[in-house]
Amino acid sequence: MAKIESKIPDGKLSEKWAKYCSTAPLVNPANKRNLEIIVIGSGLAGASAASSLAEMGYKVKVFCFQDSSRRAHSIAAQGGINAAKNYQNDGDSVYRLFYDTIKGGDYRAREANVHRLAEVSSSIIDQCVAQGVPFAREYGGYLSNRSFGGTQVQRTFYAAGQTGQQLLLGAYSALSRQIGTKQVEMFTRHEMLELVMIDGKARGIISRDLVTGKLDKHFGHAVLLCTGGYGNVFFLSTNAMGSNVTAAWKVHKKGAFFGNPCFTQIHPTCIPVSGDHQSKLTLMSESLRNDGRVWVPKKKDDNRKPVDIPEEERDYFLERRYPAFGNLVPRDVASRAAKERCDAGYGVGKSKLAVYLDFAASIKRLGEDLVRARYGNLFEMYEKITAENPYASPMRIYPAVHYTMGGIWVDYNLMTTIPGLYALGEANFSDHGANRLGASALMQGLADGYFIIPYTIGSYLSGEIGTKAISTDHPAFVEAEKSVQDLMNNFLSIKGTKSVDYFHKKLGKIMWDYCGMERSVEGLTKAKAMIRELRGEFWKDVKIPGTQFEINPELEKAARVADFFELGELMVDDAMHRNESCGGHFRAEYQTEEGEALRDDQNFSYVAAWEFTGVGNEPILHKEDLKFEEIKVAQRSYK
Amino acid sequence: MDLTLKVWRQKNIKDKGHLATYQLKGISPDMSFLEMFDVLNEELISKGTEEPIAFDHDCREGICGACSMFINGRAHGPNRGTTTCQLHMRSFNDGDTIVVEPWRSGSFPVLKDLVVDRSAFDRIIESGGFISVNTGNAKDANNILVPKHDADAAFDSATCIGCGACVAACKNSSAALFVGAKISQLALLPQGKIEREERVKSMVEQMDAEGFGNCSNTGSCEVECPKEISIENIARMNRELIGATFK
Repeated sequence: MAKIESKIPDGKLSEKWAKYCSTAPLVNPANKRNLEIIVIGSGLAGASAASSLAEMGYKVKVFCFQDSSRRAHSIAAQGGINAAKNYQNDGDSVYRLFYDTIKGGDYRAREANVHRLAEVSSSIIDQCVAQGVPFAREYGGYLSNRSFGGTQVQRTFYAAGQTGQQLLLGAYSALSRQIGTKQVEMFTRHEMLELVMIDGKARGIISRDLVTGKLDKHFGHAVLLCTGGYGNVFFLSTNAMGSNVTAAWKVHKKGAFFGNPCFTQIHPTCIPVSGDHQSKLTLMSESLRNDGRVWVPKKKDDNRKPVDIPEEERDYFLERRYPAFGNLVPRDVASRAAKERCDAGYGVGKSKLAVYLDFAASIKRLGEDLVRARYGNLFEMYEKITAENPYASPMRIYPAVHYTMGGIWVDYNLMTTIPGLYALGEANFSDHGANRLGASALMQGLADGYFIIPYTIGSYLSGEIGTKAISTDHPAFVEAEKSVQDLMNNFLSIKGTKSVDYFHKKLGKIMWDYCGMERSVEGLTKAKAMIRELRGEFWKDVKIPGTQFEINPELEKAARVADFFELGELMVDDAMHRNESCGGHFRAEYQTEEGEALRDDQNFSYVAAWEFTGVGNEPILHKEDLKFEEIKVAQRSYK
Repeated sequence: MDLTLKVWRQKNIKDKGHLATYQLKGISPDMSFLEMFDVLNEELISKGTEEPIAFDHDCREGICGACSMFINGRAHGPNRGTTTCQLHMRSFNDGDTIVVEPWRSGSFPVLKDLVVDRSAFDRIIESGGFISVNTGNAKDANNILVPKHDADAAFDSATCIGCGACVAACKNSSAALFVGAKISQLALLPQGKIEREERVKSMVEQMDAEGFGNCSNTGSCEVECPKEISIENIARMNRELIGATFK
C-alpha cells in the first residue's frame, strides 16, 4: 500500500526551496537526451512544463484533447496573476503573499508549497514579460497592478480582462518553439484513457486519437498530468465543455491518492442561469469588484427597476458585514453572503437568484471611458449574453461552480503516490487549501510548470538514467490497451435510450443541490444513494450513436461522464467525513452565530487523501497532517 | 421560435458531403447558437435515425476560438465582433431558414460535418511566432519599459483567438490577418527585436507553404473577425517583410 510522505525539506520555511534547488540531484545533458517525458494537457501548467523541460533537453510528448494547445481552458481566465513584486510600494512581500494565500485557503494548504509559490511568483512575471506577454502598463512604461479579493495590496498583474489568454498564448508560443525544433512531439485531438504501470512506476499511457478513433501506446520515463480541474461534475460550471476528470480519475484508480475532492470553489460573480437549455455558466471577473458595489434591495421581493430604488433603500451587504475588505472579501465569503440574501428573500431578477453588481458610483467617479478601458470586454460579454446594458443598469450576478481546489495528492516534488507520475496546476491539490484567492490559479499553473517541475523532476529522473526506453509491446502496455478497448466496446454495446447529457445534467443537479454551496449530512447521505442509482441506470441505458473509429463526441462525453459518476461519489464521501466548515466546504451543521464557516482545527487540520478500492467500495482515508510553523492559525476575519 | 436549419453533413475527410434540412420548434431567444445545436443533437440522438452533428466548441465564453461555423454565408453569423458561442438566437427571427457550413478553405480540410483541421495555424506559429527566451533567468520585468501606447497596441493584436474566421471570410483564403496579428504583437514590443526579420520571413514562408492565398485588401477578414483585429496588422506585416527582404 502506498504511503503518504510529503517530503518537505528540513530547515527554515523561507530557506527550504533555495536549499532544495541547490542540492537536488541533476541530470547531465547527454542523459537528458535519452529521457522521455509525457505531458497530458497543454494549458498553463502543461505548456509551461513541456516547453521548459524540452529547453532543458528532455524528449517530450504532449497530449491535448483540443484541436490546438492554444485552446486549453486557461485561456478563459480573466482577471489577473499575483506576484509579490511590491512595485506599488504598498508593503507587499513574499511573506505577505504567502500569508494571504494560507489564510485565504482557510488553513488547509501545505505551508511549504505555498511559501515556494510566493517566492517564485516574481519570476513568473519576469518570464512572461520576456516572452512578450502584453501586460497592462502605466504611462511611464512600467507595469500596472490592481487588487483582487482577499488582499489589501495591489499585486495583481493583468492584460485587460484577458490575462489567462495572454499568459496561455505566451506558454503556447514557448511550446510552439519547441515543437518547431522537434524537441516536443505534439498530439492534438488525443485523449489519455489509461496509465501504464511497470514495476510500480508510471511508464506510459494509452491514448485515443479523437479523429480516427485508434488507440495508441506511448512510453515515457515519467508522466505529468496537467489536466485542470473537475468542476464539470456539476454540469453547469464556468469550465469549458471539454474539461474533465478522466486522466486524473484513471490514475486514481491505478493507485494515486485523491486529495480533498470536496473542496470546490464557488465564484460569486457569474451571470445567473437563464433557463433549462443552459449548457454552461459565464464568469464576470472578480476584478469587477474593485469598482463594482454589490447590493440587494432592503425590502423583500422589491420588483422596481434597480435605478428606481433610492440609495437609502439599498443594502450593500458586503460593505455592511465586512467593513475592512468590503466588496473585496474572498470568493467563498462573498458567495455565501449572496446566497444568504437570496435565500432570505432579497434576491433580484426573474429567478430571484441574483444580486446586483453596480458600477454607477464608479462611472460617476471615473467616467464611463475609464470604466470601459478597465472592463470593456467583460461588459460587452455581459450584454451579449443577457441583452442588458451594464453601463446603464447594474449587472445581475450569482455564485457558480468555478475552480476545484482538490485534486491528485502530490508531495513537495509534485509527485503523486505513484513513482514517476506527477500532477501540476489545478490537477493537483496542493496550494489553495479550502479556498482559492483570486489571481492565484494562473500563478500556480505557471509556477509548477516553469519553475518547480524543472527542478523536482531531476530528483527522480537522475535515478532513471539507466532505464532504456521500454517497448510498447511490453505486456503492461498490451493489457492497458485491451482494457481501454473493452471499455469502448462496452459503451457502444449498451444501446440504451437516454443521451449522455441526460445523465450528466441529472448528476450535476444532485451534486449542486447536496454537495454544492452548502452541505449537510442528510443531504450528502441522500446524494450518495442517488448517485449510485443513477450510475447503475447510466451503465444500462445510455445511448451512444456512431462507432469508435470516427469523430464521435458522444462517445468522448460518455467516457468522461462515467468518471464523473465515480468522482461525484468520492466528493460526497469527502464532504461527509469532514465535520467542519472551511473555505468552499460549508457544512450547515458547522457555522458561527453570524453564519460564518466554523473550522475545527483540533480534528481536521489535515489533507484528506483517498485511496481507491474499487467502484462501489468504500475508499480508504489517509491523513496528511498540516503543520503551521510560521503562521498563527486564527479564525478568518475580513471585518 | 420555429426554425429551418440546413446543415452541412460530411461523414469524414473523404466523403463528398451534402446539406441536410432539419425543422426545429420552440427555440428560446436566450439560447446561444451552440445551445440550439445541442437541442437539435438531443433530438437526433433520441430519434436515432441520424448521427448528431459534429462541431468544434469548448469554452463557450468567446475566447478559446474553437467554435467555427459559417452561418448564412457569414463567419460566426450575422453580428460583428461575436463568436458563434456568443451569438444568441434573439439575433434571428421566428420562421427563419438558417444555412450552416464549415469553414471553407483548402488549407482547412473538413474532418467531419462542421469540424475542420486548423493545424496549419499552429505550424505557422511553430515556424517563428515566438520570442526565443528560455525559462529561468529573465531579468526584472520593469527593466524592460514599454510605452503604454505600444503595449496597448500589442495587446490589441495579441487578442486574436486563432479561430480561422479571417481565412473563411476571405475569397482568397488568406491567413494574412492571423499572421499579421502575431507579427505585429511581437514587432511592437522591445523584446525579441533581434529575431524580428527572421520571424516575419519564416512565418510568411510557412503561410505560403500551407497553401493560404494572398491578401488582396478587400477587408472581409476585419469585418468578420470576432475580436475585431484591424487590417492594419496586415499592412504592418507587409512593411516588416519588405524591410526584412530588401535591405
